[in-house]
Amino acid sequence: MDEPLRVVVAKPGLDGHDRGAKVVARALRDAGHEVIYTGLRRSAQQIVETVRDEDARFLGLSSLSGAHSHLFPKVCELLRVEGLTDVIVFGGGIIPEDDREALYQCKIRAIFGPGTPTSEILEFIQTSNAMDDAGVGQSSDWHWA
Amino acid sequence: MDDLIKAALEGDRRSLAKTLSALENRTTNLEHILGLMGEPKPKPDHWQSLAITGAPGVGKSCLLDGLLTVWAESGLRVALLAVDPSSPRTGGALLGDRVRMTVVDHPTLKENVYLRSIATRKASGSVPLIVADMTEFLLALGWDRILIETVGAGQAEVRCAAIADRILVVEGPARGDGVQAEKAGLLELADAVIVNKCDLPGAERHADELRESYGLGLGTPPPVMLTSALHGTGIKPAADMLLGLEASGRSERARWRERLLAHHERLILESPKLDEMLKRLAAGSMTLDDVIESIGAEKNE
Repeated sequence: MDEPLRVVVAKPGLDGHDRGAKVVARALRDAGHEVIYTGLRRSAQQIVETVRDEDARFLGLSSLSGAHSHLFPKVCELLRVEGLTDVIVFGGGIIPEDDREALYQCKIRAIFGPGTPTSEILEFIQTSNAMDDAGVGQSSDWHWA
Repeated sequence: MDDLIKAALEGDRRSLAKTLSALENRTTNLEHILGLMGEPKPKPDHWQSLAITGAPGVGKSCLLDGLLTVWAESGLRVALLAVDPSSPRTGGALLGDRVRMTVVDHPTLKENVYLRSIATRKASGSVPLIVADMTEFLLALGWDRILIETVGAGQAEVRCAAIADRILVVEGPARGDGVQAEKAGLLELADAVIVNKCDLPGAERHADELRESYGLGLGTPPPVMLTSALHGTGIKPAADMLLGLEASGRSERARWRERLLAHHERLILESPKLDEMLKRLAAGSMTLDDVIESIGAEKNE
């Protein structure tokens, strides 16, 4: 059997809504992965240090506060500064269509809104894990559509 | 791989985390790592690893956050290996120990603390041996003390605790009527007991019951202390007491029994002949006794 993938699920910023994060965490767990949940209201720095210390392959960011266009790029930038370039980042929550392109530009590889079947998230995990350039500091311009 | 270990030696946290993963995934082994690290450090007089165990919900993580804060403030570098069960059905795990940890985010203290969440991964081998190897590696890197947090339920977790130099059992208030039948095993192994949530009714009484129960047994009773991790009550005295904690000596046999079983399990799971022997077992050309004998003989070859 392949080793389980380690995924950090994080709630950046001032946002107390974690139903979505917990649903995703549970779906990943049930698919055989190891999910490290950070809890609410984490700073970008805290999230990046968690990814580093837990040696996670994936980072899922959830935000329903409207601050995603500020917080998500900040986390991605910090991951690159810390040399965590092969970590694959995806996002979710309430992310308006108009904001998404800018997030993809930051190498966030997928954005999942409300109503996304968890099977689609699992498919994304499999697909991107098999790529060798989908990390937040790597060359590919690919994103899940 | 060797570069990674060298970088970990120089204090790079990411390399440390990656080396722990390599140990967990068996892409390297402890012997190889220690071989690269030069002379082993002499063992100090005090304990180096402490298992913290207790039922879900008694406040282990919160208490540990308090203890880690006191120790990190005093300049000790402490690593916490937080072990949670993997689902036996899917192999997945939800590791939530970070949720209650504030010390790992403290602007200055975080340098003195390393937290790693570990899933038991029953499918790929035995937890206790992975945790034992991780502990050795972290000590060799120069971390002062290693804490191993486990849920005190299930054989793997008890065995994990037995790997450590000392065992702290965390209890909550009003846990049963003092008979405590199901937890007898764990409480017997304890070098110290903390009754957490002492702000709630029933904590004092439960501590008294525990003291009384230990008083009936032979040998020196382990210290029983009260804390409230939520309010910070009793954390400093508990942290000071734990640093100098001596082995109770009451449970040496039981502990060695667990260690022996863990070691035996390791010999079996790490035997290069394991696959072959499983095949032969399934085919009926070997018996279970034959396998045990054969693995025992391997060591002497």
